[in-house]
This record gives sequence, C-alpha cells and structure tokens, in this order.
Amino acid sequence: MQQLTAKERMKIPRHPMVEQDPLERSRNFLEVNQGYDVQLAKEEALRCLQCPKPSCVEGCPVNIQIKDFITLIAEEDYIGAVHKIKEDNALPAICGRVCPQEQQCEAACIVGKRGEPVAIGYLERFVADYERESGNIELPKIAPDTGKKIAIVGSGPAGLSCANDLRQLGHDVTVFEALHQLGGVLVYGIPEFRLPKDIVATEIDGLRKMGVKFETDAIIGRITTIDELMQEEGFDAVFLGVGAGLPWFMGIPGENLVGVYSANEFLTRVNLMKAYNFPNEDTPILDCQDKNIAVFGGGNTAMDAVRTSKRLGAKHAYIIYRRSEAEMPARVEEVKHAKEEGVEFLLLTSPLEFIGDEEEWLCSVKVQKMELGEPDASGRRRPVPIEGSEYEIELDIAIVAIGNGSNPLIPQTTPDIEVSKRGTIVVDDETMKTSKKGVFAGGDIVTGGATVILAMGAGRKAAAAIHDYVTNGNW
Amino acid sequence: MYKIIEARFLGENIKKFEIEAPKIAKRRKAGQFVIIRLDEHGERIPLTIADSNPETGTITLIVQGVGKTTQQLNMMESGDEIMDVVGPLGVPSHIEKFGTTVSVGGGVGTAIAYPTAVAMKEAGNYVITINGARSKDLVLLEDEMKSISDEAYVTTDDGSYGFHGFVTQKLQELIDQGKQIDFVLAIGPIPMMRAIAEVTRPYNIKTMVSLNPIMVDGTGMCGGCRVVVDGVSKFACVDGPEFDAHKVDFKNLMDRNKMYAKKEHESLEHFHEECRLEKKIKEIKE
Ligand SMILES: Cc1cc2nc3c(=O)[nH]c(=O)nc-3n(C[C@H](O)[C@H](O)[C@H](O)COP(=O)(O)OP(=O)(O)OC[C@H]3O[C@@H](n4cnc5c(N)ncnc54)[C@H](O)[C@@H]3O)c2cc1C
Ligand code: SF4
Ligand code: FES
Repeated sequence: MQQLTAKERMKIPRHPMVEQDPLERSRNFLEVNQGYDVQLAKEEALRCLQCPKPSCVEGCPVNIQIKDFITLIAEEDYIGAVHKIKEDNALPAICGRVCPQEQQCEAACIVGKRGEPVAIGYLERFVADYERESGNIELPKIAPDTGKKIAIVGSGPAGLSCANDLRQLGHDVTVFEALHQLGGVLVYGIPEFRLPKDIVATEIDGLRKMGVKFETDAIIGRITTIDELMQEEGFDAVFLGVGAGLPWFMGIPGENLVGVYSANEFLTRVNLMKAYNFPNEDTPILDCQDKNIAVFGGGNTAMDAVRTSKRLGAKHAYIIYRRSEAEMPARVEEVKHAKEEGVEFLLLTSPLEFIGDEEEWLCSVKVQKMELGEPDASGRRRPVPIEGSEYEIELDIAIVAIGNGSNPLIPQTTPDIEVSKRGTIVVDDETMKTSKKGVFAGGDIVTGGATVILAMGAGRKAAAAIHDYVTNGNW
Repeated sequence: MYKIIEARFLGENIKKFEIEAPKIAKRRKAGQFVIIRLDEHGERIPLTIADSNPETGTITLIVQGVGKTTQQLNMMESGDEIMDVVGPLGVPSHIEKFGTTVSVGGGVGTAIAYPTAVAMKEAGNYVITINGARSKDLVLLEDEMKSISDEAYVTTDDGSYGFHGFVTQKLQELIDQGKQIDFVLAIGPIPMMRAIAEVTRPYNIKTMVSLNPIMVDGTGMCGGCRVVVDGVSKFACVDGPEFDAHKVDFKNLMDRNKMYAKKEHESLEHFHEECRLEKKIKEIKE
C-alpha cells in the first residue's frame, strides 16, 4: 500500500463517476453510471485518511466498516473489501447505487469538511461489481438445519436481507411475494438506468442457491392469512416486509382524468411490465413521444419517473415541486442527472387543478407560484402561495409522485397487529416485534416510505430477534 | 404455472375454463377476482371468479374474447398452462338476508352474477335473476340460474328468446308490478350498470355494481384502478370491486376504460399478424 501523508491524500481530487453522455443516455435505458475501474478505485481509496475514529461509520445507518473496506481496496484486496462490507450490509451492489450517501457516510467524511468527501458509495459499488463480474460470489456458510420454519412476506430489501440472515443461521426460510417477480421496489420502481435488474436477480439467485425458497403470486392476507401460516402451515415466525404501496394523490380536482398516473403505476408499467417495448410486450402505456409530461414531487420516485418519461420521448419533461431545490428529498446525483438530461424544473410551483376535455383526457394543469415561509414540523421551510400567480401549463400526461401510504391488506386481514394512525405497523425499535406473537415487521411498512438501506437494516435486526425467538422462545 | 383442466365454449366467443389453483379455490368467496398473466410477455388482467371447488382445487373463469389477452386465452385448451394466477382479490360480496334480491347479469356479467345469486339464496333470500343477452345464442348459464332462482327471467335485445328488451325494462316491470325489492346487484357492461342504477334510484333500492376498471397489480400499489365513488377516489382492487351504484361516477369509469383503446387495437393487430405468421410457418413445414 502506498504510504502517503494526510496532506498528500487531501490533495488528490475526488474521482468523478464515469457516466454515459447525457444526450445519448436520455434516449436509452442503459445504466447511466458506468462505475470505476480498478485504477480509479485504487486512486480514490488513497484519498481516505484512515481516521482513528472514522466519522463516516457513524454516518452510515448500518455502520459499515467503511475505513476498513477502503483500506482493503488500497491494498488491492477487492474481494476482502466486499466481504468486509457484507458483514453489515447484505446488498452492497444495490446500496452502492441507490443510497443517499451525501446525507449519510459522505456527509460525515472528514475529507468533505474541506473539499469533496471520499466517494464511499462509488467504492462500495466497485467492490460489489468486482465480485459479481468475477463470476464466483462466495456463498456464505449455512449453519446446520434448525428445523424452524420462517415465513418472509415481501421480497423487497427488508425481506431479502432478513431471509439472508435467517437462512445462514440454518432456518428453513420461505419468501412470499405478491407480484410475479421478486425484488419489490428494486424491480418495479427503480428503473434499469439506475439499478440494472440483473443485479437484483443475482442477489436473489444467491439466496436461492443458499436454499431460500420463493413463492411468487402469493398475496398474504388473501391467499393465506398470517394465522394460517403459523397454525396450519407450521411457520414458527413471520416477518412482514410488505413495503409502503398505496400511492397518495394530491386531492385536487381532475385527478382521475385520463393521463394522470401515480408514479408507481407509470414506473410499474415501464419497469416491471416493459411497456416501453409495446406491442412486443402486452402492457401498454400512453404515448410519451413528443408529449408534454409533468411529474409532481421532488423525491427519488419523481426523478425516476421524469427521467423515464424523457427516455420514452417526452418533448417537455417537467418536475413541478412546491418547495425549492434545497428541500428536495431526492439524491443529489439524481437531480444533477435529471438536469443534464434536459428535465425542466419548475420549483416553488404547486398544482391547483387538472383540466381535461369532454372525454376526460388531460389537457393542462393550473399551477400557482409559492414562496418559502417559516419552517414547518419537518424543519423545512413551508411553501406559501403567492396570490395572483396562477397560470396554466399544457400537459398530456401528469405523474403524481408525492409518496405512499401504507397498504391496508395485512392489517385488514390480521386485526390483532397494531397499526399507527398513518397505517404503519407498530414495532419495538430494537426487536422489530409487532403486537402479535411470532410476527415481526420492518422496512417501509414500519417507517413509511424511506430508504433501501434502512429497510435492509431493519430486515437484519428482525432476523436477529427472530433467531432468538425461535431458538429460545422468548417473546 | 396454473394448469387448465377443462376449457369449452359456452357461446360465440365466450369460453369457460376450469383452472387448477387449489389455494385460491379454498379461500375464494363470491364476488372476488383473480389477476392473470398468460406468459412472460403478458399483461396482468383481472377476471372475476365465476365459481370454485375446494375439493378439486379448481376455479372457474368465464371469458369473453375482446382484447388481445382474452382472445389469446380463448385459444388455449385443457392441458395448457397460464403463467400467473393471483388471488383471490377484492372484498367479497356483502351477503345478508335482505328479503327479496334481484341479480342482474348482462352478457358475460351473468357468469359473475351467478355465484352471488347462489350465496344470496343460501342466505335465505327470495332470489330473482334477470339474465340479459343480445340474442338467444348468447344466453349464458340459463339452467344454472333457473335452478337457484325463485324467479328467473331471460331477456334478449332482439327478442329471439325470453323477454324482448333490456334487463332494465324487465326490472322496471317487476317494480311496476308492485314487487317489494330490497336489494339489487347488477353486473355487466358499464352502460347497463349505469341504467340499472337509474331504474332503482327513484325507489331508493339498495343497488350494488361490480366495477371493472383497468388494473395492474391488484394489491393497491399502483392506483390505476381508481374509481370515483361519492366524489372520492377508491381503489377498486382493495376497496371494491363492488360499490354503491347510486354513488359511482360511471362516466369517469367509461372514459378511463377507453384510455388504451388505440393501444388495444394495435396489440390485437400485432397478435393477429403473429398468428398468421405462425400458421404460415406451420403450413410451410407441413
Ligand atoms: C421509484 C422509487 C425510487 C426509489 N429510490 C430510492 C433510492 O434511490 N434510494 C433509496 O435508498 N431508496 C429509494 N426508494 C425507497 C426504497 O425503494 C424503499 O424504501 C425500499 O424498497 C423499502 O423496502 P421494503 O423491503 O420495505 O419494501 P418494498 O421494496 O416495497 O417491497 C415490498 C414487497 O412486498 C410485496 N408485498 C406487499 N404486500 C404483500 C403481501 N400481502 N403479500 C406478499 N407480498 C406483499 C410487494 O409486492 C413488494 O414486492 C425508492 C422508492 C421508489 C418507489
Ligand atoms: S471519514 Fe472519510 S477519511 Fe475518515 S475513514 Fe471515513 S472515509 Fe476515510
Ligand atoms: S390495480 Fe393497482 S392499485 Fe388496484
């Protein structure tokens, strides 16, 4: 390993991500970020100061041993590095791509105090890709069979990581998924150009090889209730990682006009059902070619939807957001990419009404300009309408991306699971236990729409508690 | 994969399928539906479960070939397999002893009205069924309906069989005769359901309709199935599919259901072209 002084390390500029050209990529669905090569990764690793008390680790929601894995990269032990990450994070190839690093590890990195932080996310992604592309991902050791059966409901990051840990501990694990494809938001929500589906498939394949069983088309609550799983099918414990689901609409007039989609529907049609390849694929989507399309919201879902509409040929692709850019919850990189690809941002602008024709096809949206007032409960400055600033924007398609409520299916069919007023499942913070014996929950169904890393972390926390419960019977 | 155990045409373009789906068969209640996907390129479409048999582990679907997927399905035979069948979805029909109930089925909707009529009978109601079709050869489940009804009527638009006229006219006639009707469930084409709602509205007869908006997931995740009921958006897949007929915005449903008309046409053309090609290849091979 090269011996450099801290000063020398600080002098090395951050290595930018290798990206597809913006104009080119705004017309294809291939991944935008191309990843570091070995050389870039090694050089970026040299920027790390090897802090004795690494603040980056504190910034990471699951406390990945960041300093240690970066050291291993500098020592050219890439496989060692990925193993180090996997001690805390089951899905590094995914998190390296979709985590909001600028709010987590990289926000805390000491190098960032004076310049740009170490590119921790890019390095995480690099080692995970290195391992996958090497073709021999080492499967973890599986403990001898315990004879305990665990049901995991939902195959998003929470469910997958929970399944992973429990299987390693020797339990018999079955994952039930409502849709025909596994992966949750990772496959139906987040587009290919940000997270190639192959990567998710590789993770699931790994779990299969470890002996995790999967059942698709299985909506728990409908096809089998949780009580039946435990009483009739012999499951000793159940983990609920069913995600947020249930998209919110804005409650303004015209929201049911033809041409108004939820982001979930728009993205599901394109990602899961491959509507971009209609009629070779049966699922249609309204024509986007040369159309005016607006997405309402400022999170990752909004950025994904608007960039997808651009790729489907939109003439104007707008983000309409009622606060300013500083308040946008989306990853900074996504906002940057969206701008480079020609997305038009109408900030401090709020929709009042969708206007349609006689046949209820969307024609335009009436909006109003806003200004920022006092901070609200979330700490963000509250947008206040400016009187007389209303105007109309011609639109063919509107996509609402203002977040999701909780899916009522499980609570409806399992009344003894306590839910909050917002419909989220109430759990013990440490053990992820619900109010029903033997049932645990984690991920978006507990937190409301959050992040992949938090869902992953919750799945692992629950796995530890489930192991304890089925082994020692403690509740 | 879900195996087709039996498939046979009931009438022109209307086919009945028995499909192996033991878990769904066990749980399913009247009024619920499944979402199917024929193959890996398939779209997800909802189909109401007409009947189920927990012993044989099968469910019954009755399918009218209108779009690409239903036409392709109707070309399938016993022994063929459907890639995905998900369910049972939706809130089951509300069954209760109302007194006198009328089940109105229009076209293939009759097949869907049937199981609820059975359940209403079992609950101790005096059950009247009105079974509407365009003409005689399109009348579905006549014998089945008769066997469970206290009064069974068949109507045909062209008068080729039974009562000459629409189901609405028959219902109006019953009301005019002074029959005390406590509950109406209407299932069929949207214009028919809307017309039934208008017949019963002046008499304040509780009327439910089973709605068929475009769906994707069927789990409440996409919101594509939203319908306006009493001025509020509802997700038909989790809140429905049955709603109070007097509160449904039928125009919105009709307009939304036309959303992909152009696309559906394109998809069908593409499918027919593929079928022609396949046939040609077969001919050349032979
Ligand atoms: C478009 C989009 C972009 C996003 N981008 C990012 C990002 O860049 N970075 C980030 O960190 N986070 C992002 N998020 C948020 C992140 O994806 C979620 O926080 C995370 O996926 C939650 O994981 P989960 O396992 O709790 O649930 P999900 O991923 O939602 O998975 C739940 C699964 O459970 C299934 N299910 C539901 N009900 C049942 C049932 N009754 N029976 C069986 N199965 C059921 C669902 O079909 C689904 O597959 C994004 C979200 C969206 C929608
Ligand atoms: S805070 Fe930054 S410099 Fe310090 S160990 Fe973490 S990544 Fe390296
Ligand atoms: S079909 Fe997607 S929410 Fe109902």
